Amino acid sequence: MQHQLRVIKPEDYFILDEPYYEPVGDEIAVFEAAYHHGLPILLKGPTGCGKTRFMEHMAWRLKRPLITVSCHDDLTSSDLVGRFLVKGGETIWVDGPLARAVRAGGICYLDEIVEARKDTTVVIHPLADDRRCLPMEKVGELLEAPTEFCLAISYNPGYQSVLKDLKQSTRQRFVALEFDYPGAALEQRIVEKESGIASGAARQLVKFAHMTRNLKGQGLDEGASTRLLVHAAKLMVAGVAPVVACKSAVAQALTDDPDMLTAINELSGSLF
Amino acid sequence: MSPTTPLTAAELEDRMDRYLDPALSSRRTAARPAADLAGFSAAEQGFVLHWGAVIAKDNAELAYQFTAFAPRAMGLMDLDAVQSWLLYAMDLYDKKGQLPAIRALQEVAEFASNQQEKLAGRALEDCVGVLERFVCGLNGRPLKLAAGDRHYTDTEQCLLPPVIGRLPDPEANFRLYKAMVVHQWAQNWYGTWRGGVLLEAVATRGLTGAGLGLFHALEQVRLDACIARDFPGLQRDMAALRHVLDRGAEGRAPDWSAVTAALADPAAGVADSLNLTARLHGRRPDTCCYRGALDPDAVRACLESRVALERDLFRIALARLVEDQDGRPPGAEQPEALTLPETAARLGAQRRADPDSPTGLRFELLLDGKPVAPPDDVRSVMESILQDHGEIPPEYLVAAGPGLYRRAAADAGRDPDAVWAGTYHEEGAFLYDEWDHERRHHRKGWCVLREHAVPPASLDCYHRTLAKHRGLIKSIRRTFEVLRGEERIARRQPHGEDVDLDALVDAYADCRAGLEQTDRLFTRLHRDERNIAVLFMVDMSGSTKGWINDAERESLILLAEALHTLGDRFAIYGFSGWTRKRCECYPVKRFAEPYDDSAKARICGIAPRDYTRMGAPIRHLTKLLRAQDARTRLLITLSDGKPDDYDHQYRGVYGIEDTRAALFEARRDGIHPFCITIDEQGADYLPHMYGPANYAVIADVGKLPLKVSDIYRKLTS
Repeated sequence: MQHQLRVIKPEDYFILDEPYYEPVGDEIAVFEAAYHHGLPILLKGPTGCGKTRFMEHMAWRLKRPLITVSCHDDLTSSDLVGRFLVKGGETIWVDGPLARAVRAGGICYLDEIVEARKDTTVVIHPLADDRRCLPMEKVGELLEAPTEFCLAISYNPGYQSVLKDLKQSTRQRFVALEFDYPGAALEQRIVEKESGIASGAARQLVKFAHMTRNLKGQGLDEGASTRLLVHAAKLMVAGVAPVVACKSAVAQALTDDPDMLTAINELSGSLF
Repeated sequence: MSPTTPLTAAELEDRMDRYLDPALSSRRTAARPAADLAGFSAAEQGFVLHWGAVIAKDNAELAYQFTAFAPRAMGLMDLDAVQSWLLYAMDLYDKKGQLPAIRALQEVAEFASNQQEKLAGRALEDCVGVLERFVCGLNGRPLKLAAGDRHYTDTEQCLLPPVIGRLPDPEANFRLYKAMVVHQWAQNWYGTWRGGVLLEAVATRGLTGAGLGLFHALEQVRLDACIARDFPGLQRDMAALRHVLDRGAEGRAPDWSAVTAALADPAAGVADSLNLTARLHGRRPDTCCYRGALDPDAVRACLESRVALERDLFRIALARLVEDQDGRPPGAEQPEALTLPETAARLGAQRRADPDSPTGLRFELLLDGKPVAPPDDVRSVMESILQDHGEIPPEYLVAAGPGLYRRAAADAGRDPDAVWAGTYHEEGAFLYDEWDHERRHHRKGWCVLREHAVPPASLDCYHRTLAKHRGLIKSIRRTFEVLRGEERIARRQPHGEDVDLDALVDAYADCRAGLEQTDRLFTRLHRDERNIAVLFMVDMSGSTKGWINDAERESLILLAEALHTLGDRFAIYGFSGWTRKRCECYPVKRFAEPYDDSAKARICGIAPRDYTRMGAPIRHLTKLLRAQDARTRLLITLSDGKPDDYDHQYRGVYGIEDTRAALFEARRDGIHPFCITIDEQGADYLPHMYGPANYAVIADVGKLPLKVSDIYRKLTS
């Protein structure tokens, strides 16, 4: 039987199965409270600690479509709001992801918002305060957000340069949730659940992650994230030797410095 | 005479006399070495004569020893090995002086026999980077690694043999290094020295010599068991090493593992090892390839200074916590007090089981009964205290008074300018290699570089410059503004914000004419962002005194104004030096600092100092520039002449070659060096140093301010 790939419009992207998420604190309660009061949300935290998974989980909980935009340094405001396209000699207006999310009453998640151009971030301002509307200058309309609409942005305070800091006028509109790597026991459970690895190996992987996090600032910008551990665990479940899995999924992902690579490989070698 | 014909003894002696002259006397002539060398081929003779002359420039005695022992060396080794023997001796000379170097040359036979081992062996120097990171990853207090005669730890530093060649391949020798380091690390982490139990036994029970050796062997059993529990991979490696190296070791009694089995228990501690030592008194321990030695005296000395320091740091941190809680600094009414006993009742530490921590324990600080979260730096002090004591000793739990605060501040502020006032040492300085073109090798850690503050001068000079060049500044600003990253609209793009009507009309016409319609119908806002970090390296040597220095300052002020307009990241560092032990960099404006009045005052404060030893400053500034995240990184040197220093060696070819090597290293790191000089002879050596298009010679110093901005504009647009 041929598997049918789903092709869906962003605003119809409802998450049907519960995404696995382990709450670390009261982030779910805070998110829900903010959502019901129409407050936008800012997620901060290092890469691979579960921000995007949390958003999927919340979209599932709240039963709203999730529209994710990965921001990059060439992202313009019309990439978000919409633009005119030419079709058969006529111009037609096409909504951008942000406008679509507003119309559909979905959750719009702007991932890595600081990567976007400064002039782009300001278009979300009217949506992010009590006005809750999206001005669409080019068509001369004002799109009012329904109560179900929610705006969420994320950023990683750790590695971005000072040039890419989030403007006060932007950040002060949001309810902020801070994320960090979970505690060892919880992280172990996450790795087990996500990959199906045995608990002993998961414990060693978490220990290995802590070793790399010890090296943060000693030549590493970031230690191994939970996501990398899950990758390594999946390789191990597939039959790859632990040391090789750690090397391919973690060490090579963390650094290119040969000394550091050797040291990290030695660290994983000492555990398995 | 053909170059392939060997020289005769007399010819050789004549050549040797020339470079060995200062080391020769009526009793010691070059006749004997010349006679020895006469039997060798022309190439080998040339090799000895060449290197003899090179060494003689540093030290004639060393050159004599080399010349005298070289024939023997060449009989024992091939030329490559002879060269590494010689460079090894020269490195020793650079680091430790003449006597060890001469000894190294004299022990040529030993070197030759070790050579094979060295080929298979690992030098600590080559793997210290990996090992240090490895230990740092294992956690605990950072452990410094250094080469030493014996293998032991003082709990802060771990001494290791400089080369290991006991095993047939480098990989295996690296594993032995790793095992040695891990064993020393384990002493810290699993508490061999914790709480002073062992030190007390050494002092009161006379645990020395054989007794200490036995204890160490027993303690190693305990530590190995800990390692096996936590790091099975390491344990496997270490067991494999013992299997190879300690096989058939004499004294390894068959019942050794049975006797020591109790120490493998997870609950066993250093006290158990001590008790067992007493029970097994007189017994010979087994040997172990990575055990090394224990040095209680070194540990005691290290511990004493650290304990006092950390206790003070901890108390000061507590005072800070109390201040945060109360909203005012504690003990203001008793300015001389070192501690504030009244705070002791408010502070506490609680031990908690914590499955998330590697030790399974966590200590929580309590203030007025409520847990407080210590900041990161306090946490690392706390962890170090826990490593030493296993707990937070109750007497530590008292806030520091203002007296202690002041004393700590006085101790901490070691001023780089004060270094030369007292005894000579290299603490806190940066060490950089220097290229010796004659040896064709770097001299390791040869130059000592420090950063010194520039005393700010009054802003008069700044205002005078602005007034003097008023017209020029305006035009510079205008030309630079044009360069600034502007937004422009790119037309006929396949994607974009808006429809390009011109393109649409054309496309429509094409379509009607039966041609294919293009998809390039949009306009797109495009921003050219300048992503440049530039570092100006300003010659502050004595020769710039007078109008050159004035011109330098004026150029910098004009340029800084222009760069400010442009928004490029820039830094200005002055440099000067007096021999290799005293290279200096003067941060005028660092990258992170704003261009404000204090930076302007420092530009005005640029003043001529000593000499122009350029290699070390270039290497230092390259390091700083490398840390900048920019697409284009420029290192622009403003100078008035070729590299030069007080010692004659640096003057001339040596200095030029070292500078060239430093610039080459910079280019390798993705930095573009450029030189602006007012030396009219610059064209003779600058192409060689900087490359053909990477320099500018300015004939008229008065034009320097104008030209510098001009050159910068051309360079970056």
